[in-house]
Amino acid sequence: MKKILKISVAALCVLVAFTSCNNSGKSGGKSGALASNIAEKVYVAPGEHDSHYAFISGGYSGNLTVYGLPSGRLFKEIPVFSQFPTNGYGYSEESKPMLETSYGFIPWDDSHHPDISQTNGVLDGRWVFINGNNTPRIARVGLRSFETEEIIEIPNSAGNHSSSFITENTEYVVAGTRFSVPVPQRDMPIKDYKGNFKGALTFISVDPEHGHMDIKFQVLMPGFNYDLSHPGRGKSHGWFFFTTYNTEEASTLLEVNASQNDKDFIAAINWKKIEEYVNNGGGTMMPANYAHNVLDENTHVTTSTLKKEVRVINPSEVPGAIYLLPTPKSPHGCDVDPSGEYIVGNGKLSANLTVHSFTKMLDAIENEKFAGDAYGIPVLNFEDVLAGSVEQPGLGPLHTEFDGKGNAYTTFFISSEVVKWKLGTWEVIDRKPTYYSVGHLTIPGGNSREPFGKYMFAMNKITKDRYLPVGPEMEHSAQLYDISGEKMELLLDFPTHGEPHYAAAIPAEIIKENSLKFYKLADNKHPRKATNESETKVVRDGKNVHVYMTLIRSHFTPDNIEGIKVGDKVFFHVTNLEQDFDVPHGFAMIGANNAELLIAPGQTRTLTWEPKQVGVWPFYCTDFCSALHQEMQGYVRVSPANSNVPLKWSLGEDIE
Amino acid sequence: MKKAGIIMIIGSLLLLGLFKFPLWNIMLGAPQYPDPLGMNIYIDGIQGVEEFDLQNIDGLNHYIGMKTIPKADEMWEFAVFPKVILGMAILGVVIGLLGFFKKISYKFFLGWFVLMSVLGILGMYDFNNWLIDYGSNLDPNAILKLNNPDGTPMTYKPPLFGFQKLLNFDVTSLPHTGGYLMFVGMTLTLVAFWLGRKTSLKKATQ
Ligand SMILES: [Cu+2]
Repeated sequence: MKKILKISVAALCVLVAFTSCNNSGKSGGKSGALASNIAEKVYVAPGEHDSHYAFISGGYSGNLTVYGLPSGRLFKEIPVFSQFPTNGYGYSEESKPMLETSYGFIPWDDSHHPDISQTNGVLDGRWVFINGNNTPRIARVGLRSFETEEIIEIPNSAGNHSSSFITENTEYVVAGTRFSVPVPQRDMPIKDYKGNFKGALTFISVDPEHGHMDIKFQVLMPGFNYDLSHPGRGKSHGWFFFTTYNTEEASTLLEVNASQNDKDFIAAINWKKIEEYVNNGGGTMMPANYAHNVLDENTHVTTSTLKKEVRVINPSEVPGAIYLLPTPKSPHGCDVDPSGEYIVGNGKLSANLTVHSFTKMLDAIENEKFAGDAYGIPVLNFEDVLAGSVEQPGLGPLHTEFDGKGNAYTTFFISSEVVKWKLGTWEVIDRKPTYYSVGHLTIPGGNSREPFGKYMFAMNKITKDRYLPVGPEMEHSAQLYDISGEKMELLLDFPTHGEPHYAAAIPAEIIKENSLKFYKLADNKHPRKATNESETKVVRDGKNVHVYMTLIRSHFTPDNIEGIKVGDKVFFHVTNLEQDFDVPHGFAMIGANNAELLIAPGQTRTLTWEPKQVGVWPFYCTDFCSALHQEMQGYVRVSPANSNVPLKWSLGEDIE
Repeated sequence: MKKAGIIMIIGSLLLLGLFKFPLWNIMLGAPQYPDPLGMNIYIDGIQGVEEFDLQNIDGLNHYIGMKTIPKADEMWEFAVFPKVILGMAILGVVIGLLGFFKKISYKFFLGWFVLMSVLGILGMYDFNNWLIDYGSNLDPNAILKLNNPDGTPMTYKPPLFGFQKLLNFDVTSLPHTGGYLMFVGMTLTLVAFWLGRKTSLKKATQ
């Protein structure tokens, strides 16, 4: 009898094992079939809201995309460094100055690392900062309007990659150069790189009220490649850490020549010390050329200003502010845990994962235990600063984030996996494959003192056979994991737009209540606005003709314009009179050499049109706005250059 | 009779709530307006529940040719109603005081109530007439012209009281805080009458 009981219990166990094979021992709550229902964990029913926002960089799209978690639904693409025909960003007269640089108008960039503003080390949801990699720039996107509000160009910099990470009270956003260049730029042989090129690490101060950026100082470091960076936090607040590669200072065939040194460095910079030095008048003003573009919140017009100098600091001027921590081999990610004690240097060619201790670093500095120096900057001993290493966790470590419960999650590019390990004991707890070749990963708040460690998502570089094939080029894939339990659980695949590098994510309730529904017409201070139909007019100023136009469901005022001539330059200043959530109108003009406009309620946007042919030419609304959207249209009569057809405009005149 | 006088005074004073709170409220919800648009009807004018609700209601209504919602100076009612309410409140307080000092009979309380009721019914009648005009006196050039199943032109009169479906809109029309205060006040004047009557009956039987 006893035996039979034993057998049936065993059989039962086998059954249970089969039915719960997906149930990898999560903590608490449901069990069996319910817990294995992964779809339920990402299902957001129609009409319900996701619990988190994710802001994912678009890489070569130059944009920032907004996704919901856990559903992986795309909500918005925010144009930042690229022209965007969808709404006329970078084409409208108000937004064109946002893409001005010292090189002129640059309609594209490569956006990499978004970071959300913080107060006391906690995400506050006011702004997202993101870097433009190619023509070094940092942008600030407002999280009320979800629009790009400011872009500052970075002089003396190239490949603005170790950016844009922010300190725990948003005191500074950094813009670290990946490529060192001659500073100031000059004509010189490339082979003389070594010792002559410089790497500028730029500290941009952020106005605590409006978020306005200003370059406070640049540290001109030795000519290494500054790959990624992270601010200290908690005990290490006041420091910033940058990974380096090519400490060999090679200038050709870097895949070989920059991989010769067994160890590169993490540069530790005491920015508080340098800030104090600068506040006392330290540093040198150096001639420079860089644009600073700011959107005025009342006029909705962007103004571009060219700045002419920048404050630079040479490391030797501020002794005791900068140290180099040897880190094996070509470290990529540079990640600081929520307590601020551990600095993880992901040596991408190293078999182990190196973790430095902030306390040990301070101790080594205090006791002046230096192994030598590089261009006058003290180099600490590897053993003196090492907190520990994770032994053979995988191949090709790139980035690490933290869950706030003492665990770290590192991506491994070559072995295509995320590995969870424990801070302090350095033991591997779990590993999960990714599909395929993962770059960054994000935990909401994982870049702050207080991560919201429920979800983690990995951004992969290779997508093949995850979705329906769409030809040789496809969107990248992201994968969402539940990290609330001991083991990670893969929940969802979702495509991302562009080439996502990094993302910042935040619980929705911190942002959504403050989100703007529409612009108040009464607050519109645009110099060419028309806030009601009686203010509409057409004004000739030489060859320039200004049309002050309004939009409301479902007509333009005026919708008949005559007296325009070939060779004129027509500026349509279009104001949307709606004061209702989610009712933009569009404006598109036949033969316009730019784009359409999408005008938010209460906003004024300007589209320029240079008529080249005589005729009567239509314009229309591009955004399906109402039952009579198709009727939302009008005509412009274009006469020969020498004609004397008088300027005339009207709406509904032959109805009465 | 003292108690009845005090209740009469309180009841009449509750009318003054109409100077602060809306008398009536009409909400318009639709699938594309999960947060309904709404108007609050005060004795001295109509206001949107949210800042731009009136503009948005007008924007929608123009498709079916409805007039825009009247401004305060476009209807004589909004000039007269405040005077009537103030007058009735003062009259009620005076009657209450006189009752308190036993200068007049409790029957005046009922008199006030009847007068107020008559005025109220007239007000409702007038309001309903306005709603009929608003919902049926449509622009002949209206974009949308809809007919009832029997072929007569469709009208869009919002309900005076309660719920009605108007095209894609769910329209709910109910009294608001000021209106409720008024009803409570009027009820109190009835209570005052009843108390006064009880006291005087008691006296008479003694
Ligand atoms: Cu439209």
